[in-house]
Amino acid sequence: MATTTLPAPRSRGPRELGKSLRKRVSRVAELAATPLVPSDYLDVFNPLRPGADLRGRVVSVTPETEDAATLVIKPGADWAGHIPGQYVRLGIDVDGVRLWRAYSLTHGPRDDGYISITVKAVPYGKVSNHIVRDTRPGTLVHLEQAAGEFVLPTEGGKFLFVTAGSGITPVIGMLRNLFPVADSGVVRLPRSSGYDITVVHVAPTEPDSIFIHNLRELGEAGMITLVARYDDQHGILDVADLAELVPDLAERTTFACGPAGLLDALEQHHVELGLKLLTEQFRVTMLVAGEGGTVSFTQNDVTVEADGSRPILDEAEAAGVLMPSGCRMGICYGCVLPLREGTVRDLRTGEITTAAQGDGVKIQTCINAAAGSCQFDH
Amino acid sequence: MTVLQKQPTSPIDHLTSEDVEQIGKELDAIRAEIVEARGESDAKYIRKVIDTQRKLELGSRAVLLFSLFPPAWFVGTAGLSVAKILENMEIGHNVMHGQWDWMRDPKIHSSTWEWDNASPSEQWKHSHNELHHNFTNVVGKDNDLGYGIMRVDEDQRWHPIYLAQPLWNFINACFFEYGIAAYDLEIGKNIKRKTIKSPEFKARAAVTLRKIGNQFKKDYVVHPVLSGPSILHTLTANFTANVVRNLWTHSVIICGHFPEGVQTFEKKSIVGETKGEWYVRQMLGSANITGSKAMHLMTGNLSFQIEHHLFPDLPSNRYQEIAPKVKDLFDRYGLEYQTGSLPRQVASAWHKVIRLSLPNNFMGTNKTPAPLPKPAEQSLAA
Repeated sequence: MATTTLPAPRSRGPRELGKSLRKRVSRVAELAATPLVPSDYLDVFNPLRPGADLRGRVVSVTPETEDAATLVIKPGADWAGHIPGQYVRLGIDVDGVRLWRAYSLTHGPRDDGYISITVKAVPYGKVSNHIVRDTRPGTLVHLEQAAGEFVLPTEGGKFLFVTAGSGITPVIGMLRNLFPVADSGVVRLPRSSGYDITVVHVAPTEPDSIFIHNLRELGEAGMITLVARYDDQHGILDVADLAELVPDLAERTTFACGPAGLLDALEQHHVELGLKLLTEQFRVTMLVAGEGGTVSFTQNDVTVEADGSRPILDEAEAAGVLMPSGCRMGICYGCVLPLREGTVRDLRTGEITTAAQGDGVKIQTCINAAAGSCQFDH
Repeated sequence: MTVLQKQPTSPIDHLTSEDVEQIGKELDAIRAEIVEARGESDAKYIRKVIDTQRKLELGSRAVLLFSLFPPAWFVGTAGLSVAKILENMEIGHNVMHGQWDWMRDPKIHSSTWEWDNASPSEQWKHSHNELHHNFTNVVGKDNDLGYGIMRVDEDQRWHPIYLAQPLWNFINACFFEYGIAAYDLEIGKNIKRKTIKSPEFKARAAVTLRKIGNQFKKDYVVHPVLSGPSILHTLTANFTANVVRNLWTHSVIICGHFPEGVQTFEKKSIVGETKGEWYVRQMLGSANITGSKAMHLMTGNLSFQIEHHLFPDLPSNRYQEIAPKVKDLFDRYGLEYQTGSLPRQVASAWHKVIRLSLPNNFMGTNKTPAPLPKPAEQSLAA
């Protein structure tokens, strides 16, 4: 005769009951909201609540220079904080289209819990110009949690910051965190005493120099050694001059942020001298539209050398890839796939669509041809 | 209307192939203008409609928690009916057409939107976007011509079963969302081809049944139960709202291609069809509805059926703007722009359903006129 033992009933403490009640309520909420999810209704009332997709609301837009402005943003309840020097990816609607860019956070953690970014309007830059000139307080933006490794070590040390133009933004975040400025002047914090910082700050002209007042204040208070360089006064910075500008260069770890040209030159210079360098770059090489290109897929090993005059759909099918399709004439949207990164051209109108990772671009493959290398999430 | 190709004089006899291509070019230009212009105000529009619809739905369901009280029942049912209509017509149908994909908002995108309707979005997109919009009004290919249960063209062979089609039409109208779900599943075609047991059909049927199940649970279990003592009244309220939505959407949709004067086309006529020819088929195979701004909104701007069929992926709020340009094109090329008031177009569609429930030439009706003798060839020989 077999004996069976029933499993001992789990003790139902109040926490367990609370959890199971929450689960039941969630389930009912889902059934009540279908085919949407409860979030879709809750977002109508409070898009910044805990549990929502991470978003933020612009609290203020303050000009810094003629073409730069600081946005202070109230992040959603689930904002996990940041380490000064990190950046945040921001999604903002420009002319109705959601575009994503990464911006350094220009403050250490603030008491009010807000975050700030400082944006410089780039010539022909859709997002930067919109932020600097058109964004109003109250605008809802989309965020990702802070990211990046351009951060100072916690134990202090001797550092050199080399920044050009908007490259000052991650650095000012770190400096404001170490050396906050109150009405009475710069505050000396015990935790900042271990940092010996020299800043070589490059800008085209003095009025174009973002945060120059803040930097001068810190320099005058002896918190940092400031070496300000203006192209119109001192000429374009030559990295070979660094040893002159910073006598104890060899004792310092260099943190550099600025245009690719400066960073490449610094890389070469520092490697030759065996010096430590950490860089942060904002804009990767511009994607130039071409004719045709290599089409690849994230969930498929096939790569296709696609012709620039034939639809990606046709080229991929010819190479044996199973592709979704419909009318094959651009009206039914049955062939839409996420374009992870790359450039495509609409064969009907010539319009170019470019995507970088994280942009969330989806395109119709039946009327677009490759205009450079492309990668699809498929 | 018998197919255009079998008519003695067709409405496009006077168009040369250059005319047709020129029409195509002008329409492409109209589209390009809107694509260039669309931006912030359009995005604001659709977000406002979605925001309003969600608040209206929530508010109505909240009111229905007290549906035991007749005023609450009526107000809640009316609000919920409007909310469901807005979601299906101005929002769901248009979002799934890709009209708002350009915004790159993952929550308002043809690839992710699931609408408040018994038919799963993926299957609806296939039968609607891909088949109906591509093969518009081609007899034998566009099953929207009668949905496989009615005869709406003289060229569809008559059978005694069609005598009951006014009744089928009415029943379909009342339960339209289920009619659409069955239609999108292509049950009839699968029975005929004996693929009803295939894994592919079974998979799709499972998706449909799951969707129907969720919709049913929502409207007929969860919300009624949440309303406590009002349980039965909420149930009837939700049922009524669904029927109202079904009747409204059915009426609007039959106005799109059924009214008298709308053309149908032969299957072989679309072989090798050029873009210009596709455009002309859309122009002649669709009909508009005239009315107030509120009417346009409630029809999801399908009152601009012609403009929608020409440009299914342009934002619906732009159809009214381009309608005068499209009508002008019709006029200049001597084509008839089919339009009429809502009651008139609905009556016209129903008239066709009733008329064609009978065989052609029954009691001397439906007589395709015999070709008139050509004067020059009349024999005068004694």
